[in-house]
Amino acid sequence: MDINKRYTAQSWPDHPETATLEGKNKFVGFWLLLAAETVTFASLFATYLALKDKGPSGMEFTAAGLFELPLVFAMTMILLTSSLTSVYAMYHMKNHNFKAMQAWLGITVLLGLTFLGLEIYEFNHYVHLGFGFTHSAFSSAFYVLVGTHGAHVLFGLSWFIALMIRNSKRGLNMYNAPKFYLAALYWHFIDVVWVFIFTVVYLMGVIG
Amino acid sequence: MAHDTPEKIRSHAEHEFLKKKRSAEMRQQLTSFAIMIFLTLIAFTMVAAGFSTYLIVPIILLLAAIQVVLQLYHFMHLSNKGHGTIAFFMFSGMFVAFITVLALVTIVWW
Amino acid sequence: MSSLAQKKGFGAVLWDYLTTVDHKKIAILYLISGGFFFLVGGLEAMLIRIQLMKAGNDFLSAGLYNEIITMHGTTMIFLAAMPLLLAFMNAIMPLQIGARDVAFPFLNSLGFWLFFFGGIFLNLSWFMGGAPDAGWTNYASLALASEGHGIDFYALGLTISGFGTLIAGINFLVTIINMRAPGMTYMRMPLFTWTTFVASALILLAFPPLTIGLFFMIFDRLFDSNFFVVEMGGNTIIWEHLFWIFGHPEVYILILPAFGIFSEIFAIFSRKRLFGYTALVFATILIGFYGFMVWAHHMFTVGLGPTANAVFALATMIIAVPTGIKIFNWLLTIWGGSIQFSVAMVYAIAFIPSFVAGGVTGVMQAIAPLDYQLHDSYFIVAHFHYVIVGGVVLGLLAGTHLYWPKMFGTMLSEKLGMVTFWFFFIGFHLTFFIQHFLGLFGMPRRVYTFNADQGWDLYNLISSVGALFMAIGIIVLLVNVVLTTVKNVRVGNDPWGDGRTLEWAIPSPPPFYNFAQTPLVRGLDTYWIEKMEGNKEGMIYAEPLGDIHMPNGSIIPFVMSFGMFVAAFGALYFMDDTKPWALAVLVIGLGITFGSMLVRSLKDDLGFYITKEELIEDAKRGGNTDGHK
Repeated sequence: MDINKRYTAQSWPDHPETATLEGKNKFVGFWLLLAAETVTFASLFATYLALKDKGPSGMEFTAAGLFELPLVFAMTMILLTSSLTSVYAMYHMKNHNFKAMQAWLGITVLLGLTFLGLEIYEFNHYVHLGFGFTHSAFSSAFYVLVGTHGAHVLFGLSWFIALMIRNSKRGLNMYNAPKFYLAALYWHFIDVVWVFIFTVVYLMGVIG
Repeated sequence: MAHDTPEKIRSHAEHEFLKKKRSAEMRQQLTSFAIMIFLTLIAFTMVAAGFSTYLIVPIILLLAAIQVVLQLYHFMHLSNKGHGTIAFFMFSGMFVAFITVLALVTIVWW
Repeated sequence: MSSLAQKKGFGAVLWDYLTTVDHKKIAILYLISGGFFFLVGGLEAMLIRIQLMKAGNDFLSAGLYNEIITMHGTTMIFLAAMPLLLAFMNAIMPLQIGARDVAFPFLNSLGFWLFFFGGIFLNLSWFMGGAPDAGWTNYASLALASEGHGIDFYALGLTISGFGTLIAGINFLVTIINMRAPGMTYMRMPLFTWTTFVASALILLAFPPLTIGLFFMIFDRLFDSNFFVVEMGGNTIIWEHLFWIFGHPEVYILILPAFGIFSEIFAIFSRKRLFGYTALVFATILIGFYGFMVWAHHMFTVGLGPTANAVFALATMIIAVPTGIKIFNWLLTIWGGSIQFSVAMVYAIAFIPSFVAGGVTGVMQAIAPLDYQLHDSYFIVAHFHYVIVGGVVLGLLAGTHLYWPKMFGTMLSEKLGMVTFWFFFIGFHLTFFIQHFLGLFGMPRRVYTFNADQGWDLYNLISSVGALFMAIGIIVLLVNVVLTTVKNVRVGNDPWGDGRTLEWAIPSPPPFYNFAQTPLVRGLDTYWIEKMEGNKEGMIYAEPLGDIHMPNGSIIPFVMSFGMFVAAFGALYFMDDTKPWALAVLVIGLGITFGSMLVRSLKDDLGFYITKEELIEDAKRGGNTDGHK
C-alpha cells in the first residue's frame, strides 16, 4: 500500500475500505468492537430497566413525570438525519469525490453538535429541577446510560473532525478510506443505540 | 501484500455502470431513511395519542427493531458479500445482549 | 532494521521491549509479568494455608486475611492465568496459522501495557492503605461497606486491565479471521488456534458486562451514584448478575486455551492425528455458546426463584456434555498411539483425571438443592481449584514445557521438569482433595480461622502441607528456567521431533517476520503432512520470496497505558477532601492518554519493508536455518 499513490474515480477500487489487508483488518476488528459495544449498551439498558423509577422512599421524580417528548423528538430527528448525511458522505467516498464527502461529513458534524447541545441542555434542565446524578438509583442509571451514548457522540464527532482536518490537504487514498468508512459505521451504530434510547427510555418512560 | 486486491482501471462503460449502480443504491438508502422517519413518527404519535400501555410497548419495540434492521442492513451494509463472519458476531452480541436484559428485568429479586 | 539481533546493552534491550509490536516479544512480556503475578498470588496462597494450618491461628488478622484471599483470587484469575494464556496465544497462534504477525501489532502492545499497568495499580493497594477485601467477586453489599481505598484499587485496576484483555481478544479474532495462510481453512486450523478463537470470542462478549459493572462500582464509591445503594433505590443483585455474566464465560476463557494446549500435546506425543478433530472443534464452539447461559448457577442461593434455578441447573448440566466429548476424544487420541512420556505429556495425562474430578463436583453443584448445602463451603473451594489448577495451571505448566523451545530456543530440563511435576501434582491433590471433605463437614470458606475439635484440624494441616509441596514444585521450575537460560543450548526447528503444525517448521525462536515466504497449507497438521511426504523444508510456499511489510515499533502504547494509570490515581482520591490535587491528576492522566491517541491518529505510521536481499542475507546468517549456528 502506497500512501502517495493517486487514484482517479476510474482506478478507485469498488470497496476501498476493504481493498488492503490493513483495511480488511480494521473493518472486521471494528465490527467486532461494535458487537462488544452492543453488549456494553445492553448492560446499561438492563440496569436502567431494573432501576427505573427506583429511588429513596417518597421520591418525587418518575420517568413519566420528568421526560418531555418534544425535545426528544427533535433530537431523534436530528440524529436520524445525521445518519443519512453520513451515508451521503460514504456514497461520495466510493465515487472518489473527496470534496463532496468532506461537505457531507461537515453537515453530519454540525447535526451531531446540535444533538449534543440539546442533550447538554436537557441534562442541565433536569439537574436544575433537582434530578442530579446522585439523586437516586433511577437518576444514576439514567445519566450513565444516556450519558454514555452522549460520550459516544462526542467521540464520533472528534473522530470525524480529526479525520477531516488531517486529510483535508491530501484527499482520499487507500490509507484513509477505511478510516472514513469506519467512522461512518460508528456513527450509524450511535444512531442504532439512540433508537433504543428514545424507545425504551423516553417513550416507554412517558407512558409509565 | 498477497492479500491486497490488485489494482484495476475500469473501462469507461464499467465506470458509468458502477456510478449508476451506486446512485440506485443511494436512492434505496433514501427510501430506508424515509421509512425510519415514518416509523419514528408512528412511535411518537402513538405515545402522544395515549393508547393503552399494553398496546404501545410491544409496537414501539417492534418499530425500534425494524429501524435497527434497516440501519444495519442498509446503512451499514451488513447484508453485503463478505459480511458473514461479522454478522455472526453481531448476532452473538445481540444474543448476549438479549439474555442480559432479560435477566435484569426478570430475576433481580425485587 | 531487519538484521539479526546483535549484542545489545541493557538499555537498548529495555527500550526494544517497551516499544515492541512483535507478537513473540509481547508474548515474552506477558509470560514474565504473568509469571510474576503468579508468584505473588502463590505467595498469598501460602499465607492463607499457613493461617489455616492449625485451629485458632493468629498468624494473620481477620482483616488482613480478607485482603489476602481477595487479592489471591483476583491476582490468579486476572493477572496470572489470563496473561499466561495470552502469552501462549501470542507466541504460538500466529505461527500456527502462517501469519507474520497479529492483525493489529500496535494494539497488541497497547493491550499488554494496559493489562500491566492495571495489574501494578491493583497491587499497589498493598502499599497505599490496604488491599481490596470483599472477595474476588467483590459483591456490592460488601464492597460498598468496605472502608479505605482497597475496593477502588480493585475496580479501577480491573477496568484498565480489562480494556487490555478486550483489545487482545479482538486482535486475535481478526488475526484468525483475516490472516490465515492460503489453504488454512477453518477446519484445518490447529486446535490451539481454535480454542484461542473461541476464547477470544468469549472475551469479546463477556468483558463488556464486567466493565460496566466495574464502572457502576467506581461511580458508586467515588462519585456518589446509587446503583447498588439499597436505601437510594439501588439493587446489589445487579452487580452479581453483571459480574457472573462475565464471570462464567471467564471460566471458559481460561480453560479453553488450556484444552487447546493439551490437544496439541496429546497429538504430538502420541504421534497420532487428534481423534475426532471435528467433534473437538464443535465441542469447543458449543462450550463457548453454553458458557453464556449458565451464569446464575453461581447465584442459586440468592433467591431468584425455582424457575430460574431450574433453568440454570439444567443448562449447567448440559454444558458438561461437550466437555465429556473432549475427554473421550483425548483418551482415544492416546489409545494405540506411540506415546512418549515427556514432561508436557505427563502433565496432559495427569490433567484428565484431575479435571474430570473437578467437572464431576461441578455437576453436583449444578443440582440447585444440593448447592444450598455446598454453597460457601470448602467444597466449592475444592471444586474450583480442581478445575482451575487441575485444568488451567496444569495446562500452563505443560504449555511452558512444550513451547519453551519455540519461544526461547532452549529446552527446559526434562529431569527437573519431572521433579516439578511430581511435587506439584501430589501437592495439588493433597491440598484440595481433602477440602471436599472439609466442605462436607461444614467448614465455611472465606473465614480466617476455625475452632479446634470439629474434625477439621488434621485435614487443614494436610491441606497446608500439600500447598508446601506445590510451592517446592514451582521453585524447582524457576531453578529449571534459570539453569536452562544459563546453559543456553540452542535447539532446532522441531525439538520434539514430532511437531505437527506450522510453528514447528520454522526456527526456534522464529525470525521476527516469522515466515520468509507465506506457507501454503494442504491439510490439517500441515507440517506433519510435509514431513511424511519427505519435504525437507517442512513447508511449501504460496508466494515467491519478496519484500515483506512490517510494522514499526512504538512507545505510544506504553505512554497511553501510563496515562490511564495516572488518571486512576486521580479518580481514586477524587472524593478525598484532603487531596484537592486529585482532579488535576485525573485530568493530566486522561490528557496523556487522549493526547497520545491523537498523536497516534494524526501521525501516519506506514511501517517498513524488509527487502528480498535482506531476507536472503538473513537466511545465510542463520535466520532461516534450524538455529544451530
